[in-house]
Amino acid sequence: MIQAAVETRDLTRRFGALTAVDALTLRIETGEVFGLLGPNGSGKTTTIRMLCGLLEPSAGSALVTGLDVTVAPEQVKQRIGYMAQKVGVYEDLTVAENLDFYAGIYGLRRGATRARLADVVAFLALGDRLGQLAGHLSGGWRQRLALACALIHQPALLFLDEPTAGVDPAARRRFWRTIHDLARAGTTVLVTTHYMDEAEQCKRLAMMSRGHLIALGTPAEVAAQVGGRGGTLEDAFVILQERDER
Amino acid sequence: MMPRFWPMFRKEFIQMRRDRLTFGMLIGIPVIQLLVFGYAIQTDVRNLPTVVLDESRTPESRDLIAAFENTGNFRVVTHVDGRPALDAAIARGDAQAGIVVPYAYPRDLARGTTATVQVIVDAADPLSSQAALSAAAGVAQVRNLAILSRAAGRSIPVEARVRPRYNPGLRSPNYIVPGLVGVILTMTMVLITAMAIVRERERGTLEQLIVTPITKTELMLGKITPYVGVGLLQMTAVLILGRFVFDVPLTGNILLLYGVSLIFIIASLALGLFVSTLVRTQQQAMQASFGFMLPNILLSGFMFPRQAMPEFAQWLGLLVPLTYFLKVVRGILLKGVGLEALWREVLILAGFAVVLIAASVRRFRKTLD
Ligand SMILES: Nc1ncnc2c1ncn2[C@@H]1O[C@H](COP(=O)(O)OP(=O)(O)OP(=O)(O)O)[C@@H](O)[C@H]1O
Ligand SMILES: [Mg+2]
Repeated sequence: MIQAAVETRDLTRRFGALTAVDALTLRIETGEVFGLLGPNGSGKTTTIRMLCGLLEPSAGSALVTGLDVTVAPEQVKQRIGYMAQKVGVYEDLTVAENLDFYAGIYGLRRGATRARLADVVAFLALGDRLGQLAGHLSGGWRQRLALACALIHQPALLFLDEPTAGVDPAARRRFWRTIHDLARAGTTVLVTTHYMDEAEQCKRLAMMSRGHLIALGTPAEVAAQVGGRGGTLEDAFVILQERDER
Repeated sequence: MMPRFWPMFRKEFIQMRRDRLTFGMLIGIPVIQLLVFGYAIQTDVRNLPTVVLDESRTPESRDLIAAFENTGNFRVVTHVDGRPALDAAIARGDAQAGIVVPYAYPRDLARGTTATVQVIVDAADPLSSQAALSAAAGVAQVRNLAILSRAAGRSIPVEARVRPRYNPGLRSPNYIVPGLVGVILTMTMVLITAMAIVRERERGTLEQLIVTPITKTELMLGKITPYVGVGLLQMTAVLILGRFVFDVPLTGNILLLYGVSLIFIIASLALGLFVSTLVRTQQQAMQASFGFMLPNILLSGFMFPRQAMPEFAQWLGLLVPLTYFLKVVRGILLKGVGLEALWREVLILAGFAVVLIAASVRRFRKTLD
């Protein structure tokens, strides 16, 4: 069997009395675009943070690219890219300086850096904005820069936490084209979103509510899960959530 | 070794140049401190360096001078033989006060007629002269009582006449300015590093940073190193100001001074790192840094001589790095002593730096918990 990009078993995270992620068992195949859906506070960000080694699980386990993230978090970090929900580019640095910085931090070797930077800049069409301060970029471009920074070391696995929140439709569409390009090139992508049109584009989806899984499968399977023929994904999302919260 | 140190260093350096708040602190803190303590320089009335002209040279006169010293307002720095020498000492600024005990002093005492002692102070500084005046009056009063109890029935045997005179040469800058180097470095270095890390946390860039394979040591060293240069610049500015505005001598080996300052700067930066692991917001970082400054200023001997402190406070003072640094700066600048006299302090400062960096790296977590 081919190795899973992510494999969790009963992954749990508590904050005091609150269980933010509750015994999540999930398998993400290598090379797929996997969508993580769920209402606000359902535990999507917390799940991703655990998979990135940013939060210690309270219980359960997670294998990321085959490595136990609690045992070898630093090795995992070399193999993954992460774009946080709150975009973490340095606003007082230019686009080029941000890219240079992450190239250095990911330990790209001198010779390799220049070529790789050129690739990433071309891939995300950042060429015209290299000298601009990141803080002066519009939302869409800032998100592209954050993605570029997360991609610079060619990670096998990419975590995107609401990468298109607050971005205009055209920019969103462009961003998703990029995601598909990456997937075609073999990168596994785990992406969270509140947009149903984006969810439709994922190969498989997991729906979360109050920390646990309420649906899993291809978009069509999930939509069909609530019975009605011709039911949309959005209907399924709302109905399943209401059912869970009752 | 540490391949990710340089990218971190470069980034931090660029940000430091562009950040208004940091820049404001770099300039603002020294300016404010100079204003605050410049004022303190003017109001320093304890331990006025005092020149004594004792014409009578008798046990009684020595007794009287000791009494003046015991008030804590006068510190006898030199004895002279004649009035011109006394005036010259004050004019040169070697002393800020003069005490003249006339030849007739013991005789007047014995006779019970009013004995006169002259106290000369600098009137350019009303606070100093005021304090000296009342101290001298106090001495006269105490003498009066003491002598009265010995030879009952006599009236007012000593009268201290305070004769103010113009003397612009207040010398306490010698004491304050070298100390100010240490105080300014402590304050800015601690504050800047603490803020630099906490700011990343607040802006969300820390999350993006700790998800990379950078090691804690690379992160922390890269973070503080650019500020070493800042510290050295600040120190140079204060020294130049001290030399040309306050006329503070630069007696000793300046290279040695910079070497030790480098160690002290690193220790202060490390302390800022440590603070950053204890606080969550920039405001907390600021409060913690200022809170930390207070014991430094009070206990290190910057404001008050450590020897004059209660034993417990002296003991506490040994816990703050500034205590050792002050000894070194004052030693080098004012006394011109070298490493042979100061190696103990230098070692302790290096110890502070190493321990604080290690403690910060240990406490820092590459997680969001
Ligand atoms: N560090 C923390 N301390 C305490 N509670 C937390 C912490 N982080 C998250 N939580 C709580 O855990 C729950 C799940 O939060 P999480 O951010 O994972 O949700 P989410 O699905 O990403 O929501 P959103 O769609 O709003 O981003 C929420 O109730 C949140 O308040
Ligand atoms: Mg979230």
